[in-house]
Amino acid sequence: MNIDELLQRDSFIERGARARAQALLDPGTCRELAGPFERLHSPWLAMQQLVTQADDGVVVAKGLLGGRPTVVLAIEGAFQGGSMGEIGGAKIAGALELAVRDNERGVPTQAVIVFETGGVRLQEANLGLAAIADIQSGIVALRRYRPVVGVSAGTVGCYGGMSIAAGLCSYFIMTREARLGLNGPQVIEQEAGVAEFDARQRGLIWSLTGGEQRVATHLADACVDDDTAAVRAAVADCFARGVPPVHRSDRAADFLACLAQVDTTQQATPDDVRRLYGKGLA
Amino acid sequence: MMDTAPHSTSHSTAHPASRGAMWLRLLTGGARPLHDWSTVRACDGILAGRPARYLAIVPDADNGFPRARNGEVGLVEGWRLAQAVRDVIDEDRDRAVQDKRPIVAIIDVPSQAYGRREEAYGIHQALAGAVAAYADARRAGHPVIGLIVGLAMSGAFLAHGYQANRLVALDDPDVAVHAMGKASAARVTLRSVEALEQLAARVPPMAYDIKSFASLGILHEVLRLTNLALPDEQDLALVHGALEAALADILSDPRRDLANRLQGAHRGASRRVRELLATQWEAAD
Repeated sequence: MNIDELLQRDSFIERGARARAQALLDPGTCRELAGPFERLHSPWLAMQQLVTQADDGVVVAKGLLGGRPTVVLAIEGAFQGGSMGEIGGAKIAGALELAVRDNERGVPTQAVIVFETGGVRLQEANLGLAAIADIQSGIVALRRYRPVVGVSAGTVGCYGGMSIAAGLCSYFIMTREARLGLNGPQVIEQEAGVAEFDARQRGLIWSLTGGEQRVATHLADACVDDDTAAVRAAVADCFARGVPPVHRSDRAADFLACLAQVDTTQQATPDDVRRLYGKGLA
Repeated sequence: MMDTAPHSTSHSTAHPASRGAMWLRLLTGGARPLHDWSTVRACDGILAGRPARYLAIVPDADNGFPRARNGEVGLVEGWRLAQAVRDVIDEDRDRAVQDKRPIVAIIDVPSQAYGRREEAYGIHQALAGAVAAYADARRAGHPVIGLIVGLAMSGAFLAHGYQANRLVALDDPDVAVHAMGKASAARVTLRSVEALEQLAARVPPMAYDIKSFASLGILHEVLRLTNLALPDEQDLALVHGALEAALADILSDPRRDLANRLQGAHRGASRRVRELLATQWEAAD
């Protein structure tokens, strides 16, 4: 983007979860469910004298996208790092379960998940983990009927158990600013030492897990500019492609064939992954 | 600890301290693994008089990926688990739903593999492969039972067992379910390990022990054995019995989702949110 385009664009990253959900749905069709006026505060954060939020950091918005029934599940990265607690997790899982029920009854409701999350909310540890298992079950059930489209725009990115949920999506859209990985750099450094992963090296982090790299290595489907219209167009394009004949999560043989060629005595570089997956997963 | 468990067989090369390997051997009568894979073991056994497939992750000190040598679920483990589960789905494709074989996930997973190689090659995607396979098996009608005999940590547990229809755990100080180890959890939440432990003692979902986990209502049953390190015939019979009871419970339940986990006293908010959503879902159109 040049300077004029940068000034003209409507940044998706700078939008909060609610504004992101509104922007993805057709104008005038967005209705929020289990919204902030239901005052669904996390009981577990309150027990620990931590600040709660009336929507627990997740927005469930129902409406139309290109005229089709759609539910957007948007995680607010600015609240507790987008972490999944019991309530926020139940909102996503519960909405996916209702979308599955719609499809079983012949209503082709589809889902977009906007991932801006560090994974399990550690203050609600086991209930966050349980909710993520429910979310994963919901995605796998729904994607048999309609594509489940994942988006991660940044700047939190998508980590932990929710990165596994991202790996279940039919399609995954990222910006260059977003990151997608299981273990956050700090946690790898804590568990495996600074030689394994230096959490201060931002270049290393983005070169391995950033949007550009993930798309170049077939671990995500589209890398778009931080522009709301571009994100929306990419989401619409994914739905237009329909349910993929084989989901990325179901390509075990292809991935194992690639991994068998990895020289595990060396640390991996971004180019190694591009060479290997560029050929093996194309 | 030396491996002195009964039914030990000569071809077993499992890590001596692997609970998962021990229970796989005990429950399948020392059946030979179906593949020559070093860390993902699939064995045939009998459950309630019918054939069943048992799966476990075991350590391999020589694993090519150095961050996955202690039984962690890494890149290769995730994808092989996916293959092992999909094998069962494919083999039973033409069977009627009531004839689909049960799958028992024996869970003893200290963590997912934490490493640079793992992130570079997309470990999240490998674990998604395993999750999707288990969820598809459950949806296809295979009764899936998770038996927690050791650690059930975080992403490793999500990939291996958390999609089961029913979860059974041993009551044992070495059995634990959690989202992250204490040192890392303290760092991420900007707390000391002592502060974390104090909170874990009074906030049930934060606790590491299996009794607190059981209070969340996610487990079907918790089993107290006489001899945890070296289970005797009575212990083995107790575990077999619990697996049979879990199987019967699954077969009598028309639902194939995870809704049975939502009834616990500490999951009131999970239920309330679903009720609200269901009420507002149609009204939004």
